Amino acid sequence: MVENRPLLNLLSHLVLIAGVIVVAFPVYVAIIASTRGPTDFLSGLVPLLPGPHTLENYHRILFSGVSTSGAPPIALMMTNSLVMALAIAIGKIAISLISAFAIVYFRFPFRQLAFWTIFITLMLPVEVRIVPTFKVVADLGLLNSYAGLSIPLIASATATFLFRQFFLTVPDELTEAARVDGAGPLKFFRDILLPLSRTNIAALFVILFIYGWNQYLWPLLVTTDPGYYTVVMGIKRMAEVADAVPQWNMVMATVVLAMLPPVVVVVVMQRFFVKGLVESEK
Amino acid sequence: MQTKRTIFGNRVLPYALLLPQLAITCVFFLWPAGQAFRQSFLREDAFGFKTRFVWFENYEKLFADPLYHNSLWVTVVFSLGVAFLSLVAALILALAVDRTLRAARTYTTLLVWPYAVAPAVAGIMWWFLFNPTIGILPYMLEMLGYNWNHRNSSVDAMILVIIAASWKQISYNFLFFVAGLAAIPHSLVEAAAIDGAGPLKRFFTIIFPLLSPTTFFLLVVNVVYAMFDTFAVIHATTEGGPAQSTNILVYKVFEDGFIGLNLGSSAAQSVVLMAIVIVLTVIQFRWIERRVQY
Repeated sequence: MVENRPLLNLLSHLVLIAGVIVVAFPVYVAIIASTRGPTDFLSGLVPLLPGPHTLENYHRILFSGVSTSGAPPIALMMTNSLVMALAIAIGKIAISLISAFAIVYFRFPFRQLAFWTIFITLMLPVEVRIVPTFKVVADLGLLNSYAGLSIPLIASATATFLFRQFFLTVPDELTEAARVDGAGPLKFFRDILLPLSRTNIAALFVILFIYGWNQYLWPLLVTTDPGYYTVVMGIKRMAEVADAVPQWNMVMATVVLAMLPPVVVVVVMQRFFVKGLVESEK
Repeated sequence: MQTKRTIFGNRVLPYALLLPQLAITCVFFLWPAGQAFRQSFLREDAFGFKTRFVWFENYEKLFADPLYHNSLWVTVVFSLGVAFLSLVAALILALAVDRTLRAARTYTTLLVWPYAVAPAVAGIMWWFLFNPTIGILPYMLEMLGYNWNHRNSSVDAMILVIIAASWKQISYNFLFFVAGLAAIPHSLVEAAAIDGAGPLKRFFTIIFPLLSPTTFFLLVVNVVYAMFDTFAVIHATTEGGPAQSTNILVYKVFEDGFIGLNLGSSAAQSVVLMAIVIVLTVIQFRWIERRVQY
């Protein structure tokens, strides 16, 4: 801050408070709606104060599901989302760590080619090659399975680059010392490189967990069996029915549950989150 | 390409370490992309019995198709709308946070969490707020004399998806603007203040020019986000309607490929999209190179 201008300071706070309110408003309305009974949505306007049906709604949605929309209980969908998000986050970090290690610490034919092959994945988001990718997964018999939900999304150029950048900053003396002491590449990787990468791994984990949890198009394509629905894609099916037979309280309870885990992860691990976000764009 | 001075010697190990990443890349990225490329030169009959090699016919048809022109136009309006709205909102908030001292951390926490909300979830929430029969915003708009209905009005539908997609992106831009503002040397701003430049003048002559690399970078990232990551927003809310008015390119690929089963056209659209991603990625990396020299 350069000079003291009380009026401008006041304005800054007002702008920020207004920003926080606008950003939080849709979530507030969703939470309120999830505490109301089904008849509250017939009166013509969404209620803005909490109702008495909180426990009842969440209990019903979590453990028995909404029969009219043919959706399984949300607890099952959330488990699926969790499995998928963890598999994607851990898988991406694991295979990126070892490929970055290979690229930085070895010299071998086709190293350049391997690097560029990984780089190219940046340019091929799922959205632009939907149909053929679906065909590959279908031919491999991976539809309706956790493997089909996670493995095709596990390749990651961003994570590989991040670890490569980081490994390049690790002092050579460490490697020399390890070699003098007779450590082979795998021992060096496990005992020196991995512990050094801890913060980077945590930062990436936050970003990739959110990425995995929030996947929409991919689970939509590869699951037809409700037992494998993830919660983010399941909402759409519920909302479609809700448009005909309004069950907004149930849809909004699902919305709240679907955003809770990633939001908690971001708020709790904010320091790592900011680091991961800023670094993975370098 | 950079390596270490000290390296390990092993003939097989590096390949073994690279194998999982490369295998997944080849099977799920390169092969499907190649298939899309091949398919874009083929034409299948409706039952999939016969395929014919048709050279560039799929592309010619595509570029002559008024629906595709419409989709291109919709994508441009949508991406620029999302980029503009989320950048301006984020910049204002970042400037305000830059002026606060103790509360900065609290405000940051309160502003960054929407990043974690899935685009589909964001879409559903705004769809609910804007619901023409029970939503609260149409009710308020009606008091102002505007009859909101995104089921019939193309303009309303476009505004709905732009707001839903921007809402989620503000937190991302905000964090980068805050970092960009923190990197501006204090001495410059103080010197200007001593010379009598007020806050507005300082913003336009010093802060904004020095922020322009960040802004440009964010512009590219936001356009990429709006073009490729917002499929869920569209699918969960308007489904491209009414009357194709929110049918962005990514949604059209999906619609033509999976619902319309027009594989040749869908493949050609995929190839066009890949070209767009490649151009945007190159621009993004060029920018990073420039920043490093700077």
